[in-house]
Amino acid sequence: MKNNMVEPIPVDDDIIIIDHVYKSFGKTKALVDVSLRVKKAEVCFIFGPSGGGKSTLLRCINHLEAPDSGRIIVDGIPLTHAKTNIDLVRAEVGIVFQLFNLFPHLTVLGNVTLAQEKVRKRSKEEAEQLAMELLERVGIPEKANAYPGQLSGGQKQRVAIARSLAMNPKIMLFDEPTSALDAEMIKEVLDVMLDLAKEGMTMLVVSHEMGFAKAASDRMVFLAEGKIIEEGSSKELFANPKQERTQAFIDQILY
Amino acid sequence: MAITSDIEKPSPKLIPWTEKLAQVPWWALIILLLGVLIVYFIFTSPTYEDAFFFLIAGVRLTIQVSLISFGTALVVGLIVGLGRVSKNVVFYNLSSLYVEVVRGIPILVMLIYFAFVLTPLALQLLHWLSTAMLQNLAIGPVVGLAESMANLNIRDVPMVVRAIVGLAFCYGAFEAEVFRAGIEAIERGQMEAARSLGMSYFQAMRYVILPQAIRTVLPPLGNDFIAILKDSSLISVLAVRELTHLGKLNRARTFRTFETWNTVAFLYLILTLSLSILVKFIERRMTYEK
Repeated sequence: MKNNMVEPIPVDDDIIIIDHVYKSFGKTKALVDVSLRVKKAEVCFIFGPSGGGKSTLLRCINHLEAPDSGRIIVDGIPLTHAKTNIDLVRAEVGIVFQLFNLFPHLTVLGNVTLAQEKVRKRSKEEAEQLAMELLERVGIPEKANAYPGQLSGGQKQRVAIARSLAMNPKIMLFDEPTSALDAEMIKEVLDVMLDLAKEGMTMLVVSHEMGFAKAASDRMVFLAEGKIIEEGSSKELFANPKQERTQAFIDQILY
Repeated sequence: MAITSDIEKPSPKLIPWTEKLAQVPWWALIILLLGVLIVYFIFTSPTYEDAFFFLIAGVRLTIQVSLISFGTALVVGLIVGLGRVSKNVVFYNLSSLYVEVVRGIPILVMLIYFAFVLTPLALQLLHWLSTAMLQNLAIGPVVGLAESMANLNIRDVPMVVRAIVGLAFCYGAFEAEVFRAGIEAIERGQMEAARSLGMSYFQAMRYVILPQAIRTVLPPLGNDFIAILKDSSLISVLAVRELTHLGKLNRARTFRTFETWNTVAFLYLILTLSLSILVKFIERRMTYEK
């Protein structure tokens, strides 16, 4: 993260540091004293009841929401510092939304190249070449010239992943990436995410896909009422959760 | 037709015939008929012919004034519209002040105000500025500029310029609201997605929000273009020789009230109808691309 006005803070291996973060919307407390450290190449799976603050936590990491208090440090750059150029940080942090948020007026190729050209200042050829490689990787190169309106939900989400990856991010955030998908399309998106995890991408995944958590996550974090109730490896959490609240939630969603 | 066909089995011949009749665009045929009638008069009646050739010069000026003021209004409207959705307190409040003031004053009053209050005021300011420059900064090039400023007479600002500025100023406020509505209609996720890729606010506006917003505001913009063409008749109070003013002059010249205003109305109708066809065509092209 060069060209930022802020001196990076030495952070060892912790690429994301969330330090006593509070956030509320009006009277609703979304995050209450949340602290979390994520290491490079770690896959952190965040789950919990809706309204528990999972999405807010993710959105704070690339500053779509600003915390009321506390610090968030991404790759050594404190987000809330007055001198931080947030655009530079965001280019390094990809986010995939529940509702895809593809740009409907651009083709799939246009979606994947736009930010490359405008933010990374790559040439059109260079951007298109990388875009095609990424579309190949997520399995839909044949849709390059289609518009988002012509794609299925699963295809849209894979384009959204390719669009984020095109910025060569150091971190990928997933905000319920499969929640808006029909059942038969969930796997195609999870497969792409699993590949990413294997390649050593640092990932924060908010989801209810417990199968993915078992298969790919290094750590699971249970978030409810804005607080981290419990964290640990998927084995620990599934086998013997220490908190009753966690146990109750897992019992409820595992059919 | 509806009552009988509901009860009995509809006769296969009758329905297509009446339905075809109902589908005929009668309104367009009536307009066409009136148009043909007027054209016929222009070719056969010397008073209509005289009126037509006298008025046609005004059509050109009406088109010119409408195009220039609408183009300016679009630029003003886009900037002010961005101000209306801006989080910058100064930008937002200035934009809102402008919109609320202009929307609350009749266009006719605004035009008169621009021509006879603001233009002299601006000229006075210019004169005062030139005196100040001559007194305090009397160096070569400045003197020349100051002197030409001092020599500028109120008559050097043509009425048509004041009229265009006035119209553009009024319509700028309307277009600002159109653009604001268009921008606000784009879902929040679009801005978030663009920003999360590292684009600045203005890049996101320029490449993601506005291209979508402009598509949604195309129909109201087309509407306003037709409206400004009609409202350009108001500048006849400033004695700008556009269509309506020439209409007044022709009536005074010939005392042929009936023929004069028939022709004026007909010419306006031709302009607005061809414009609305053009607007529909552009809209269709824009939606095809999607």
